[in-house]
Amino acid sequence: MAGFGQIFSKETQAIFYNWKPNPVQRMLDFDFLCGRPTPSVACVIQPGNDGGFQKVFFGKEEVAIPVCGSVPESTKLYPRADVFINFASFRSAFESTMEALQQPTIRVVAVIAEGVPEADTKKLIAFARANNKIILGPATVGGLQAGAFRIGDTAGTLDNIVACKLHRPGSVGFVSKSGGMSNEMYNVLSRTTDGLYEGIAIGGDVFPGSTLSDHCLRYQNIPQVKLIVVLGELGGTDEYSLVDALKEGKVSKPVVAWVSGTCAKLFKSEVQFGHAGAKSGGQKESAQAKNAALKEAGAIVPESFEGFEGTIKKTYDQLVADGAIVPQADVPPPSVPQDLEAAKKAGKVRVPTNIVSSICDDRGEEPTYAGVDMSTLMVGDRGVGDVIALLWFKRQLPKYATRFIEMCVMLCADHGPCVSGAHNTIVTSRAGKDLVSSLVSGLLTIGPRFGGAIDDAARYFKDAADRRLEPDEFVEDMKKQGIRVPGIGHRIKSKDNKDKRVELLQKYASKYFPSTKYLQYACRVEQYTLTKQANLVLNVDGCIGALFLDLLNSTSLFTQAEIEDIVKIGYLNGLFVLARSIGLIGHALDQKRLQQGLYRHPWDMVLYTK
Amino acid sequence: MARKKIREYESKRLLKAHIARLAGLQLPLNVAQVSASTDFVELLDNNPWLKSTKLVVKPDMLFGKRGKHDLVGLNLDFAGVEDFIKARMGRVVDMDGCKGAINTFIVEPFVPHDQEYYLCIQSNRLGNEISFSEAGGVEIEANWDKVKHLTLATLEELSSDKLAPLLSGLPLELRPKMEHFIKSCLQVFSDLDFTLMEMNPFTLDHTGQPFPLDMRGELDDTAAFKSGKKWGDLEFPLPFGRTMTAAEEYVHSLDGKTGASLKLSILNPKGRIWTMVAGGGASVIYADTVADLGYAEELGNYAEYSGAPNTAETYQYAKTLLDCATANPDGRPRALLVGGGIANFTDVAATFKGIIQAMREKAEAIRAANMSIFVRRGGPNYQAGLALMRALGAEIGVRIEVYTPDTSMTGICQLAAEHVKSFDG
Repeated sequence: MAGFGQIFSKETQAIFYNWKPNPVQRMLDFDFLCGRPTPSVACVIQPGNDGGFQKVFFGKEEVAIPVCGSVPESTKLYPRADVFINFASFRSAFESTMEALQQPTIRVVAVIAEGVPEADTKKLIAFARANNKIILGPATVGGLQAGAFRIGDTAGTLDNIVACKLHRPGSVGFVSKSGGMSNEMYNVLSRTTDGLYEGIAIGGDVFPGSTLSDHCLRYQNIPQVKLIVVLGELGGTDEYSLVDALKEGKVSKPVVAWVSGTCAKLFKSEVQFGHAGAKSGGQKESAQAKNAALKEAGAIVPESFEGFEGTIKKTYDQLVADGAIVPQADVPPPSVPQDLEAAKKAGKVRVPTNIVSSICDDRGEEPTYAGVDMSTLMVGDRGVGDVIALLWFKRQLPKYATRFIEMCVMLCADHGPCVSGAHNTIVTSRAGKDLVSSLVSGLLTIGPRFGGAIDDAARYFKDAADRRLEPDEFVEDMKKQGIRVPGIGHRIKSKDNKDKRVELLQKYASKYFPSTKYLQYACRVEQYTLTKQANLVLNVDGCIGALFLDLLNSTSLFTQAEIEDIVKIGYLNGLFVLARSIGLIGHALDQKRLQQGLYRHPWDMVLYTK
Repeated sequence: MARKKIREYESKRLLKAHIARLAGLQLPLNVAQVSASTDFVELLDNNPWLKSTKLVVKPDMLFGKRGKHDLVGLNLDFAGVEDFIKARMGRVVDMDGCKGAINTFIVEPFVPHDQEYYLCIQSNRLGNEISFSEAGGVEIEANWDKVKHLTLATLEELSSDKLAPLLSGLPLELRPKMEHFIKSCLQVFSDLDFTLMEMNPFTLDHTGQPFPLDMRGELDDTAAFKSGKKWGDLEFPLPFGRTMTAAEEYVHSLDGKTGASLKLSILNPKGRIWTMVAGGGASVIYADTVADLGYAEELGNYAEYSGAPNTAETYQYAKTLLDCATANPDGRPRALLVGGGIANFTDVAATFKGIIQAMREKAEAIRAANMSIFVRRGGPNYQAGLALMRALGAEIGVRIEVYTPDTSMTGICQLAAEHVKSFDG
């Protein structure tokens, strides 16, 4: 890093690796606060992506930040962007950082990930040294140059940036390991000095890509930096290279320094503190030894962290008194509109919701259906009937009822390949369409003529039974209106050849249902219609419709108004759609498995007519 | 990156397996591990070599100077090893002020030897340092001037020329073998993400094969995602003398499960100043400050949470910490420091929600422990977080003092100290 001074300016643009909306937005907000004419993010790399853009606010307007798919592509398109901000995970940070360092246009790479293997970082350090490039991190929040450029999340919220006067340059160069403490120190510097010029967090690893002394040496070369403040930490020997630089006169600007971790002596055995590099080890790596060495080398070292702020202030005031520093003027920042999300969180605005949902909640530790959590559903002897009860009826139903729902699903799941739904699905599947298209094409035939009779049967039976119409009156009434009684009649089945499915349902209901009022009514209707024609039997739709009414009534879990609603808005049709989807999926898959070719209806099966 | 010490057993196991894989070198190493639960019959079945050779046995618990503490058994048969271990299993020893019970041993072949060599490979910022000496063994420090060093830059190949000065003191006929061995060790070192590999001493057995008598190793645990398979089933034991309380162990397991960082070390279970601090850097400074104020003895713990843990994680963490902090009420006033600098991106309100939930749940214990709480924090959404804290004090009947980033970060340490002192007079 020899000869480096300033690495950022008001024109600096960065390539941002791995799209993260928050840090990118924070960078652009900072740009706006600083009065930058152009955003500091030239483009975003989303590996494998080919083009497009991401929308971000730049002040009050939205701008589109281009997306690139690879590092070489990004540097080719944006050769003036010389900072690479790497938000890759610790698993992939090495490869992407190395690739970035290899680009001739990239000068500085910030590696945010924590947990990059030591051997990998060492390779990056070796490459950067050989090629005169700068690495910030790993395990860092980054850094910023006040009034010019900010890396990612550095210095937090906009309020904080304004409070710490970071939107305009001051006179202090700051460097520390810790990102959190950097931000804290920017605050301290804003109270005690004219503010920060540049601040860098080198990261908490054992071997950071660039060191405390690397940045102090840079600050020495930046004329605007009049005072250097360093916050070191126990563990490692990095502070000693600063000691050497001070002794050799390579750093001659005043340095106020403190090395934290004096408490390590309290711990009897070796301790790993929060940062990977902060490990109590040998005497030389202790905070005490490093503070003493820095002091001896000429740094201004307080007695404790508590004294740090006072020492900085005293040193700064003296520099001002000596005329070495002319305090930088405060500049009022432009106001940045608050983000809706942040304003909502802070309780400053209220926003109407877009959707209301009352059947489930997926926000907690496990999803719940109508308040019943997944564990309860999975461990007991619950079935799909219970799930339907919860998600459709919003309540738990007794076992006999959920079992009945499951029986309906089983009975209605399929009715052969020739009915309109299955036929459509088969034709669609054979046309090479995907599963969903094939399924939907079959489902779309469900309606007044196919499968839709359950709802109508329930509606008419309920209306007639509730009005205590005699079955013959009901049937004749319908006839007068020209409506066929839904749920009555079958193409093949007849008086002496009853539908087996209907028999099974009736048998089940009479055994388990507390009352079968509506079924009995339907049977009386059937008795009457059978006097007219032998195939006017109660069919499976009619039976399910009537029994569902019985179910709803007999559980005493539903009010009459709720029952009316259920019948009106089409729950029972839902049951048929759900059940038949099982069969339709089967048909679609069957055709694919059998590798059936495109279906073409034969000419001779069509009557061509005028 | 975090360097973790591994047991001698693991170091030798890894060396044997991977030096064969990477360099085709078949070392005559054999190692067996014995813990309190080891079944000696089964051990013998799995390691038939234990029957056919004289053995060495010693504790394998990351401390040295074992010979000086009557903890090394030499030239024993298997029955002798069994007796040796049974006589020492569970024995509490004091190694330079760290007390702990012996619970893990390593057993390996006894190799009679005259010559003791020293080899150490150590990772540093710009490469690896390789140290070698023909005068290894317990007197290594006295003979430190005889140790030769070379620094190999990162990405630099270890050439024969480079290595020659290290081996210049060896008889000519030994040099090729030693050169091959050191190069092979370096291959293992790099391939397995070792950060330290030390053999003090190693020797050449009667067939002339290198044989590490004593070995220390450290691995970079952050490399687990790429080297974990090569390491196999491996634990990173705690430093000797450091045992974890149930609470510490629980937090350690929480830490392992989240992308955030959650740390807890108990210093004094009866301490009266406890900390729950956000941020790796700030947490150390809070502990420093309490000690600087003269309350080191009263500091209950070191604690750190960072990297934006979610509300549920913070809740579990805070609950565990509060259990420890309120476990030994003695009527005297106590303080909890809920501190932190100004966060860059951690949502203060979200983390505080977890802490508040825990405090609400533990309100009775907090009152019973006569504990006051001092809060100082800044960062995204801090106003909301601090407001929640302020409201909590009145709600649960606990004195909670809340400070904003306008005040010094460590100012609450002074308040806590005064609060604790108020009783002492």
